[in-house]
Amino acid sequence: MQRKKMASKSGSVNTGWKRVLGAIPLHVVLILICIAWSIPSLGLLVSSFRPKSMIATNGWWEAFKTPFSFTLENYAYVLTRGNMGRSFMNSLLIAVPSTLMPIFIASCTAYAFAWMRFPLRKPLYLMVVALIVVPLQMTLIPVLRLFNKIGLTGNFIGIWLAHTAYGLPFAIYLLRNFISQLPKSLIESAQIDGASHPTIFLRLVLPTSIPAISSLAIFQFMWVWNDLLIALIYLGGTPDVAPMTVTISSMVNSYGGGWEYLTAAAFISMVLPLVVFFALQKYFVKGVLAGSIKE
Amino acid sequence: MHTNYILMAIVALAVIPIFLWAYLMITERVAARVGKKAATVLRPWFWILPAVSMLIIFLVYPVVHTVVLSFMDARSENLVGLKNYLYIFTDPGMLVVLRNNLLWLVFFTLVCLVLGLLIAVLSDRVKYESVAKACIFLPMAISFVAAGVIWRFMYEFRPAGTTQIGTVNALLTALFPNFEPKAWLFDRSTNNIALIVVGIWMWTGFAMVILSAGLKGISEDVLEAARIDGAGEIAIFFKIILPLMMPTITVVATTLIINVLKVFDIVYVMTNGNLGTEVIANRMYKEMFNYRNYGRASAIATLLLLAIIPVMIMNLKRFNAEEKNG
Repeated sequence: MQRKKMASKSGSVNTGWKRVLGAIPLHVVLILICIAWSIPSLGLLVSSFRPKSMIATNGWWEAFKTPFSFTLENYAYVLTRGNMGRSFMNSLLIAVPSTLMPIFIASCTAYAFAWMRFPLRKPLYLMVVALIVVPLQMTLIPVLRLFNKIGLTGNFIGIWLAHTAYGLPFAIYLLRNFISQLPKSLIESAQIDGASHPTIFLRLVLPTSIPAISSLAIFQFMWVWNDLLIALIYLGGTPDVAPMTVTISSMVNSYGGGWEYLTAAAFISMVLPLVVFFALQKYFVKGVLAGSIKE
Repeated sequence: MHTNYILMAIVALAVIPIFLWAYLMITERVAARVGKKAATVLRPWFWILPAVSMLIIFLVYPVVHTVVLSFMDARSENLVGLKNYLYIFTDPGMLVVLRNNLLWLVFFTLVCLVLGLLIAVLSDRVKYESVAKACIFLPMAISFVAAGVIWRFMYEFRPAGTTQIGTVNALLTALFPNFEPKAWLFDRSTNNIALIVVGIWMWTGFAMVILSAGLKGISEDVLEAARIDGAGEIAIFFKIILPLMMPTITVVATTLIINVLKVFDIVYVMTNGNLGTEVIANRMYKEMFNYRNYGRASAIATLLLLAIIPVMIMNLKRFNAEEKNG
């Protein structure tokens, strides 16, 4: 805001006309980039409502010419026969626990790292920071073997545990950063009043950390919701438990050019992230900013 | 079967906070029993135990184990020394994989950075900044799989002379009458770049958001002083803004590099690594599930880790510096 005011003030140095003309290339370039960036998603959205015969014969932009011809059939098909309804449930069932579990577990760990003194505190925390960037590929084979041994492949318990563990390093890092910034006097005065660590943590620290927790929750949710690799590895190919990413990628292989189904399926998988994005954009961007050292 | 999972999810959601709360309470009781001094020693360990044990089981131990496996044969029975690594750097197929990752590394990182910076600088000067940024950032919210579908549709190819339904070919044939429609994903000369474009489409928003935050941090007084001295906008950008933004650019670049090294989903959905588009992560997946060669798969994963270790060290150094200042 501040900057814009300043910019318009500085504009008075130049004469008005010159400034307006000089700004035209800027607007043209920026608007062209924005259009180029939006067209791919727009094409998908429009196509998903077009009948099969139209998608295959002319471009999606022809949909705006009369006579209009739109349909919901593609959605009806993928939701019922195409397994997308069940996959949507699966994605939800995988993502919600996989988002909340790491937050619970990371928050008390972050509190300990921030406000308790103990030997090995620093080396252990450095380990957490180092683990943030470890490629998950390094863990797949041993964890898969472990899951095979104790029967955790192909079901949700295994994938909940895996996503929780993989989310922990970043969750601990982000929450510790926030919790350690809380004023020292706040924690100390609570201690003087005789509050125990669990009380301080549950009554004081957790409620004040809600902004950080929200950003983290959105970040982790999107990560799990959009994940393909972990689901492919630990859930195998069973359609019963497949989340949407896995179902869509196998649809790509089997339908090939069946655009009427693929576009509808892809859009269904985008709905929730888009709602989250538009409703909670501020938190989402904050999470990305904080997450700039992750993934 | 399915209702079971719904029940389990609900139970998991209810039980975990209760369990965690009970755990903290019980350990606090235990700590109270052993006396105040012992309690201060014991308590932190109780608090970090759940997370640390999970990290060790799912991350630390597997990493060590994978390194060991990388020196063993396909079924992890005999030690084979450096044979798997020799394979990685000599097999013709693997060399294509390494070349592709290099292509990704260079083009993806550079274009994301340059475009992200350009959009950040341009949008900083217009009134519709938030709308413009939302357009660019939106692809960050969707999955690589959905993006793969979106772009397969963009690249859709029909033989020359027929109606093009893919946006890219239709646009190019409309603009340049002589243009021959291309099968972007099948033509070996274009398919890698076509895939990288998808990655750029998704990640430029990330670079833009971080760079834009860095840009807002530059004091307006400095820029104003330069303008009064008669510096042009372009000179200001290269002589003042760019040097001041260097730390932010480094952070963005390292994040992009970490990501691009691990790229998997785009290639898996769009070409499945066929026709010379395979990258490290996809090759590892194939070695693991199609060829069942755990030795080679582990060596490929270890290569990925080795590539990321410099970034890891940088992060640790940065963290140490921050701790000393704060």
